[in-house]
Amino acid sequence: MLTDTILFYTFALLVLGGGVLTITRHSAMHAAISLIVSLLGVAGLYLLQQAEFLFAVQIILYVGGIMLLFLFVIMLVNLDQAAKVRQFNRQWLVALVAVGAVGAQVGYFIYRGKDSFQFAAPLVPGTPAGLGNTEQIANSLFGDYLLPFEIASVLLLVAVVGSVVMAKKRI
Amino acid sequence: MHPITTVHYLALSAALLLIGTVGVLTRRNIVIILMSIELILNAVNINLIAFSHALQNVNGQVFAIFVIVDAVAEAAVGLGILIALFRNRETVQADEIDLLKW
Repeated sequence: MLTDTILFYTFALLVLGGGVLTITRHSAMHAAISLIVSLLGVAGLYLLQQAEFLFAVQIILYVGGIMLLFLFVIMLVNLDQAAKVRQFNRQWLVALVAVGAVGAQVGYFIYRGKDSFQFAAPLVPGTPAGLGNTEQIANSLFGDYLLPFEIASVLLLVAVVGSVVMAKKRI
Repeated sequence: MHPITTVHYLALSAALLLIGTVGVLTRRNIVIILMSIELILNAVNINLIAFSHALQNVNGQVFAIFVIVDAVAEAAVGLGILIALFRNRETVQADEIDLLKW
């Protein structure tokens, strides 16, 4: 139990520290590397909650795929001069106040509702015997959620075609 | 020391969501705005996984997979648009792209 606590706070520090660095660094490259730290912390949180499949997906897809895409684009559009100009827009104070108001509301709701989140005992203790996390996800994904899965594949096809068309010089 | 409960994950998720929102609202660099959107989507995923673990129901993880699929599609299309924009306007600052502003 103590190990869980220490690991949770370590990963939480990685996630929040990486997130804060992501939105404050001047250089987009530094921001991307901070975002990688944050995403790895999120992956650790998944592992802490016995979501092993999503842990692997997070590292392979986010850190290996999306962040690689970001790094390529950062190098492609050459953001050197963009790092020297003003980084925040003129409405930053309004934005901070608005986000602070939303944060106060969310914090109040979590504080007031925290007793209802205390699931003292899991509804179904443990996983069904012989079924691993990946197998369970596969059963759910290819059973109950087969139609959303197919729609997601169509969405990805549209995204692939769309991004190629967008980035192409002459269609 | 209190054991880690779902509330801890919810608080962490809310904090990450707020950090991402601040990034989207205040930064000028479009690449970093897109990164902040990734932070927001990750906050959603932490929430889904926390409840999936608390309820011992794997459907939350399936929803997290769909959220990741959306994040991938959004990043790919967004960065494609960014490259096209940079080719035409030579800028990545969000507040300099104000052609539709009054």
